[in-house]
Amino acid sequence: MLEVDISHRLGTFRLDVRFRAGDGLTALFGRSGAGKTSVINAIAGLIRPERGRIAVDGIALVDTEERIFVPRHRRRVGYVFQEPRLFPHLSVRQNLLFGRWFTPRKERRIEPSVIVELLGIESLLDRRTGALSGGEKQRVSIGRALLAGPRLLLMDEPLASLDAERKDEILPYVERLRDEARIPIVYVSHSVEEVTRLATTMVMLSGGRVESTGAVPEIIGRLTRPPGVPRGDSGSRTGVRHSGEIFDA
Amino acid sequence: MLDLSADEVSAIQLSLRVALAAMLWSLPLGILVAVALARGRFWGKSLLDGLVHLPLVLPPVVTGYVLLLLFGRNGPLGHLLEQRLGLVFAFRWTGAALAGAVMGFPLMVRAIRISIEAVDRGLEDAAGTLGASPVWVFFAVTLPLMLPGLFAGMILAFARSFGEFGATITFVSNIPGETQTLPSAIYTFTQVPGGDAQALRLTIVSVIVSMLALLLAEVFARSVGRRLSGA
Repeated sequence: MLEVDISHRLGTFRLDVRFRAGDGLTALFGRSGAGKTSVINAIAGLIRPERGRIAVDGIALVDTEERIFVPRHRRRVGYVFQEPRLFPHLSVRQNLLFGRWFTPRKERRIEPSVIVELLGIESLLDRRTGALSGGEKQRVSIGRALLAGPRLLLMDEPLASLDAERKDEILPYVERLRDEARIPIVYVSHSVEEVTRLATTMVMLSGGRVESTGAVPEIIGRLTRPPGVPRGDSGSRTGVRHSGEIFDA
Repeated sequence: MLDLSADEVSAIQLSLRVALAAMLWSLPLGILVAVALARGRFWGKSLLDGLVHLPLVLPPVVTGYVLLLLFGRNGPLGHLLEQRLGLVFAFRWTGAALAGAVMGFPLMVRAIRISIEAVDRGLEDAAGTLGASPVWVFFAVTLPLMLPGLFAGMILAFARSFGEFGATITFVSNIPGETQTLPSAIYTFTQVPGGDAQALRLTIVSVIVSMLALLLAEVFARSVGRRLSGA
């Protein structure tokens, strides 16, 4: 369980976000500029929120009141960036094992062979990263994050830099990951299509705030339904909760 | 072809030794200062930047004289180093190496700094989220990626020290076998009747060594550049 409750200022932009994410894949959904990437950067420890608390399984990564700030390399939070960010001076195999070098033995929960099989990258292991296609690079970067034994996996629009064909190449792997890897995933996206296909729960961000959280079909339904048009079912049964309610529920 | 006399050979050897020592001893400090200038945010950064670049714009004779004042046997630092470590710079080849290091330092720092600034911070962030501490990020990611610039900086510092004249002759004089480097020897030969042939021979050697250093840098930069592009 991931708990996020932070406030942060970036220039004139104000981020004020509060949500929880359980098992499965939680989509952080919203337009560009809604603050999605800032939220996961704060979870990963790439930015230091001015106020608030972030905890995984009850253990605080950030708690400004308690003066806790765990540096990024001790958080064990995996991060798949929008661009694959593979290390160009290392081979595919060395890239995959990079995080593993820094993972204590007992935390190495996933065997490299399992990841390699899951992502279908056996044939790439001895290649240089420059020789890979965009889709292959992103698969390797997902594997690299997983092999560091993360407690939580963050994915920042991992398909955004790929064309439609490459997206279709990666999507099944993300689905397998969600169903088989037993690691909660926070997935940033502005694509309705990806979110509908992948997400278990959804956190809708707008202007630096959480607009609503809940199950995917209901939120998507509300988005696509023009305002004022009566709904077939009542709001209380949809599972959609407005910001803040989730904490009281 | 080049029939070198014993004095000439000793001047060439001395210059190579001086340049090599200058390059290697200034390297750790050069990396440190370059990292601080490229990445650090601290009070007095502009001052440090200016100080590092000073030897580039000061007349070399002035740099040499300052070194003599500081590192001469009666200078504050020279006195201290001799007492504590038995290290003497004045009128020794070590002093020539120090002068070369100081003169080559701005070039070295500049090249390394540019190469650090070219390293993608995103890769460092990625390494951090994979569990690498800042020190490991530097050694496993930043340092390998800045190798071309690092090597370029080393070659520049080597070449600069190899050809150093003004600061060297002011600081450690021109003693054959001890501080008479290749440029000092050339200068000496041009000052005596009939020294033209010797001066010319050493000039040719100097051109060859400098050219080789530049070629080596080019070859290395290319091979590393290929490797770093991930190809």
